[in-house]
Amino acid sequence: MIESLNERPMAILKPTMYQYNEIDQKLVDERVAQFRRQTERFLKGELSEDQFRPLRLRNGLYIQIHAPMLRIAGPYGLLNTKQFRMLAHIARKYDRGYCHFTTRQNIQFNWPKLEEVPDILADLATVQMHAIQTSGNCMRNTTSDHLAGVCVDEIEDPRPYCEIIRQWTTLHPEFDYLPRKFKIAVSGSLNDRAATQLHDIGVHIVKNDAGELGFRILVGGGLGRTPVIGQVIKPFLEKKYLLSYLEAILRIYNLYGRRDNKYKARIKILVKETGMAEFSRQVEEEWQHTKDTMILTDERINEIKAHFTPPSYDKDAKSDTSFATNLNTNSAFATWYKHNTADHKIAGYRAVFLSLKAPDVAPGDMTDSQLDVVADLADCYSFGQIRVTHRQNLVFADVKQADLFELWQQLDQLKLATPNIGTVTDMICCPGLDFCSLANAGSIGVAKEINEALDDMDYIHDIGELKINMSGCMNGCAHQSVGHIGILGVDKKGTEWYQLTLGGSSDNEAAIGERLGPAVAKNEVTKAITTILDVYVKQRLEEESFLDMVKRVGIDPFKEQVYANH
Amino acid sequence: MQIIKDNQLSNDAWEYKPDDADLGNGDVIISLSRLQQKGKALFNRTGKLGARIVPSDPVDGIVAYLPDLALVELYFPELADGRLFSHAWLLRNRYNYTGEIRATGHFLPDQVFYLSRVGVNSFYPENTAHLTSTLAGLKDFSVSYQPSAN
Repeated sequence: MIESLNERPMAILKPTMYQYNEIDQKLVDERVAQFRRQTERFLKGELSEDQFRPLRLRNGLYIQIHAPMLRIAGPYGLLNTKQFRMLAHIARKYDRGYCHFTTRQNIQFNWPKLEEVPDILADLATVQMHAIQTSGNCMRNTTSDHLAGVCVDEIEDPRPYCEIIRQWTTLHPEFDYLPRKFKIAVSGSLNDRAATQLHDIGVHIVKNDAGELGFRILVGGGLGRTPVIGQVIKPFLEKKYLLSYLEAILRIYNLYGRRDNKYKARIKILVKETGMAEFSRQVEEEWQHTKDTMILTDERINEIKAHFTPPSYDKDAKSDTSFATNLNTNSAFATWYKHNTADHKIAGYRAVFLSLKAPDVAPGDMTDSQLDVVADLADCYSFGQIRVTHRQNLVFADVKQADLFELWQQLDQLKLATPNIGTVTDMICCPGLDFCSLANAGSIGVAKEINEALDDMDYIHDIGELKINMSGCMNGCAHQSVGHIGILGVDKKGTEWYQLTLGGSSDNEAAIGERLGPAVAKNEVTKAITTILDVYVKQRLEEESFLDMVKRVGIDPFKEQVYANH
Repeated sequence: MQIIKDNQLSNDAWEYKPDDADLGNGDVIISLSRLQQKGKALFNRTGKLGARIVPSDPVDGIVAYLPDLALVELYFPELADGRLFSHAWLLRNRYNYTGEIRATGHFLPDQVFYLSRVGVNSFYPENTAHLTSTLAGLKDFSVSYQPSAN
């Protein structure tokens, strides 16, 4: 049995992720107590459904088709194994033995009982977790790069800034009743893995001409019904101004964002209707009043940075030779290594992806026993930490090359080693009509059907990088508009139809996908996808990715084939 | 009537006067538009004067009158309109208003901790049965990540 994190002498080690102090813990405990009172008042009839709704939403609680759905925050996707075991405990005790990882690095439970939610939150609080502001018209969980701190293209580790923003956004008294939800993402790398251009605010760590590190701030991006790519509002912001500048944007949005129509209430619409130049002027003017009164000091930054010290890496990790031998002698391992691991800044280490996209499970779902074993594995192989990616997979960020073979074997037994990261079967998928009361169409079933049709791993690997994102309604939880192939479920007179888009991207060169043509019936989606893939395979140039080919030829060649028999 | 003021229950005689009502001699609250139309002439009374702001009012429209206003009322037509939170913050921090800022209308006891943090110091909920829970709500949290405006 693998030794658990609890039993390790952690006190002598420097923290490698943020640890609550007394204030953090007290705040979360008091929030649990507050929500317990609110739930009691609702159950006694002292709060109406309309009054209770914004309160429960701010604690992650939706009312869904079958039962409430509880969304728990995974702060910038970083969890420790103690927290992971708590998720397993909650899945067992309060749910039906599984949970779902979301595109915002959060965790959802689909079957909790309303009256038990305060108990769930109390259990979470014991491991420094909560569900604060995971839904509702407020500032949501700050998301980031799942390879933060270990990737080779990093300018600076974004996690300390994520934590600073997390604290600033949590229970912010002025901005808890915004016109609409508000999402912030932070990236510290050259390659954007946090889809920052598609957030209400995107924060990029950049270096200016003088060699100083600061932030490039983007505003007005977002998905949903009207997908928009964010624009740069501040090319270079000194670090000390991070919070004052965010506050200025939020104040302008809170005051002037539309509240008459929820579909026009996101900041992207305000920016569009006001015009970027005028919006930017308003923010600048507001900021001038406050910029020197709320300085983010170096002392404060360093205090938070101290929580993110690198783990104690083995200096001799690279000297291992077993890894090379296994790579040369075991082709299945080599395939997995190629697709499911990423470069690490420390020689002899890799970041390992755990695929939550095995052919026969709903994308992003994990059972309680998988959660427990993954926690054991993370303790054993990756310094007791697990990251959630925005494509609904997990990452062990710090695995020694000598351990890769053994880890792969164990993940394979758990069905978490499907070598499909970044490929066509690594689909992002929302819960869809099976669980969500907003959805117009099912998504899990369609994902499964596509997955079954694409059962040839060699073919999948030949296709290479291809991101399919599928949402069951226009709210776009699965970011379909930025999928290389996007699938959007729509309701046509009570039947489920699916609109396809091609050419979207959430990476550096973010783009909104172009609609292929009329929606296709549910039983034709898989055929349409395989047809699109066939067109690509036949017409691509050497080494040309799917996205590059769509850019080169446009959608017509795909359109002709998909609608050939219509 | 009873309200919550400065963290305790207290008796209060302020009265909101609709735009067509006579002001009388008591302490009265009027709309921002009436204040702007009648201007300083309104202050030649024995009673004190306050002004009501609703979420859609531009808060800078009240700035010229602030030195003469004993009270600014923030009226919540519904609980979820967050503009009044910024209005309160601006009154205290930008316009340095030191008089009473009162929340009235359809806010919930669950929001008063936040309101107190942005500068509101008295509360008169539409549902007066909420008075006790409003007082309790001020203590929902003993810690905070952001500085207080009060």
